[in-house]
Amino acid sequence: MKTFNIGGVHPAENKLSAASPIKVAAIPKQAVFSMFQHIGAPAVPVVKKGDEVKVGTLLGEAGKGLSVPVFSSVSGKVSKVDAVLDSSGTRRMAVVVDVEGDEWEENIDRSDKLVTMKDLGNITAEEVVNRIKAAGIVGMGGATFPTGVKLMPPPGTKAEAIIVNAVECEPYLTADHRLMLEKPEQILVGVQLIKHAVNCAKAYIGIEMNKPDAIKLLTDLLKEKAAQYPGIEVVPLKVKYPQGGEKQLIDAVIGRQVPAPPALPINVGAIVQNVGTVYAIYEAVTKRKPLIERIITVTGKSVAQPSNFLARIGTPMQQLIDEAGGMPADTGKIIGGGPMMGRALMSLEVPVTKGSSGLLLMTEKESRRGEASPCIRCGKCVSACPMGLEPYLLAAYTRLKDWDGCEKNDVTSCIECGSCAFTCPSNRPLLDNIRVAKQTVMGIIKARHMESITKK
Amino acid sequence: MNVILIAVIVLGSIGLVAALILFLAGKKFAVHEDERIGQVQGVLPGANCGGCGFPGCGGFAGACVKAADKGSLEGLLCPVGGQPVMEQVADILGMKAEASAPKVAVVRCNGTCESRPRIAEFDGAQSCRVQQMLGSGETACAFGCLGCGDCVAACQFDVIHMNPETGLPEVDEEKCTACGACSKACPRGIIEIRLKGLKNRRVVVLCNSKDKGAQTRKACSVGCIACQKCVKVCKFEAITVDANLAYIDAEKCKLCRKCEDECPQNAIHAFNFPPRKPKVEALAAEKPAAPATEKPAAPAVEKPAAKEATVPVGSPTGNVEPAKEQEKA
Repeated sequence: MKTFNIGGVHPAENKLSAASPIKVAAIPKQAVFSMFQHIGAPAVPVVKKGDEVKVGTLLGEAGKGLSVPVFSSVSGKVSKVDAVLDSSGTRRMAVVVDVEGDEWEENIDRSDKLVTMKDLGNITAEEVVNRIKAAGIVGMGGATFPTGVKLMPPPGTKAEAIIVNAVECEPYLTADHRLMLEKPEQILVGVQLIKHAVNCAKAYIGIEMNKPDAIKLLTDLLKEKAAQYPGIEVVPLKVKYPQGGEKQLIDAVIGRQVPAPPALPINVGAIVQNVGTVYAIYEAVTKRKPLIERIITVTGKSVAQPSNFLARIGTPMQQLIDEAGGMPADTGKIIGGGPMMGRALMSLEVPVTKGSSGLLLMTEKESRRGEASPCIRCGKCVSACPMGLEPYLLAAYTRLKDWDGCEKNDVTSCIECGSCAFTCPSNRPLLDNIRVAKQTVMGIIKARHMESITKK
Repeated sequence: MNVILIAVIVLGSIGLVAALILFLAGKKFAVHEDERIGQVQGVLPGANCGGCGFPGCGGFAGACVKAADKGSLEGLLCPVGGQPVMEQVADILGMKAEASAPKVAVVRCNGTCESRPRIAEFDGAQSCRVQQMLGSGETACAFGCLGCGDCVAACQFDVIHMNPETGLPEVDEEKCTACGACSKACPRGIIEIRLKGLKNRRVVVLCNSKDKGAQTRKACSVGCIACQKCVKVCKFEAITVDANLAYIDAEKCKLCRKCEDECPQNAIHAFNFPPRKPKVEALAAEKPAAPATEKPAAPAVEKPAAKEATVPVGSPTGNVEPAKEQEKA
């Protein structure tokens, strides 16, 4: 069974909502659209208070540099354009819309009918990328990197393999799993569109073995319609966290290693797209539908009905919790995303964003961190680190503020997966410290870079 | 015999040649260090705290000598040694020391556990920097003190300590050297290195919140809401409001304390003033209008009110609003 080579852990899977079909969440009364839903420059609001908007109306255009536009997922009136608390825990620019009815922009095709490559005729690669960019699509696994940028390989590089990330290695989350079961053909068309966009013949769909139904469904479909979907292969993978990490998945599927930053996956000929992103690409290109809704898992051991919702972006988290049976009394921590990489939320007023893959209600007992005790030099963190780093050492350097030491030991390669802290028998907050070091060292590198530019 | 002689001659001549080379190399590659650097370093405190902006006391001494050669010691100050040390340095270098006002670290947040309710609990690594990276901290204020004591850990002089009751750091003014280490360690930039002021008296806005007034008020009962009242009442144009936050320029402030009375949020605090007497009260009120006149027999009625209540008298909103806040809470 294929998997990545270095490190990794296997937390309890807890895929409680795997069997519950995707439910359409109610349209909220008020929706909040953060301008910071992606990596890079924030979107710039183009509406003002009192403006009427429809579903699919542009609310914020892409900022300068790396950025994407933001669209309204509801129809109604803009009630304010102001800084609003979002899932980062801070107040940032957002557009708030008071919902009235459900009117859509006319150019969006709302039918369920499958559109195949044949129906699209001879659409150019450029057109595909343009439609993706115009729809404001970002990586929906959580990293929220603008997809349009990923599909334009820099000169000198060539995409040799598209890898669809359907691993969903985070415990609890089942959004991608359900999507594969319910929209398999759409996903395959989406893969074809990506292949077409970057002119690449081969695509792999990496799925972990804990989703046998999805593996079987897609494999059978590909066998059945081999002529219609050529060059796509389903790759079953051993269950191991963090297989959904871009670099880990490339290693697992095609056995290539991405060098340390600033190298990108494309330098080894790979483009990785999350399966949710692939579906969004399908909808954007074939239906002209901007990224206005996504699938989000609402789960937890005490949650009455762990569910997968198709929620409009901007829906407050509180509403989803209510629809999943309300907040359990023993909730100790609420996490936006999965338990390994997600962030605890400060408030339930925060909205669903493009990157919200899940909402996890941890029980009081589960969420307690154990008391940290001294490092016993067992080396578990070293064997767990999927990037081959030495977390105990980096954490120690951080405490000593030895940023040179951190840099020499490749702290910038850290993918913040949390395997080190998860595996530590002394409950040391390794990742907390390493994140500080990573941020600081990145700042130092940037400053050095700026200095060298100004000197020249 | 001959062998011994030859050996002595050979070795001796090698030694002489080597000595000559060493001598010439020593001359050629001599690193000239100004002897004044050593002297200056001798009078510096030797804390190597970096508060002067140079790498340790040696670096500072070098910088002083260099600056002296250029003709002025302006801008150079050892915050630990302060004026006396700078005078000694100036003596060595044959210069005149610039008059420098002593400074002190001021924690610009007064959001105690009471005035700033906790809305979340942080159970990660106990470090302000870690908390800052993960969100807005345990309270709804994204600008206030995080309370993990990064500043305490940064202080070399054992001057700044957490007060467990308020959850805020407190500075021992006597001992503070204003080296700025705590200010740099604070990820939110709350600690200001500020002029100590006449007789150590200072009037400071104890808030760092750049949120809008309504939001600040929700998060904290003593936050600056940028109502501009202090700006209007200040006759010396010492107060500016920028990004929803008032700031008092220590150089312009004449310590009249009018703003303190005016502030409806109690965000402005006066340090090291004697307890208010009617005279002081009257003086403070009269000063801007007619600084020369003294009114010793000021209205005695105001005295008890001013002393008892932390809510400023003479500003009706000041009395009403905090009460409203409490009702809500």
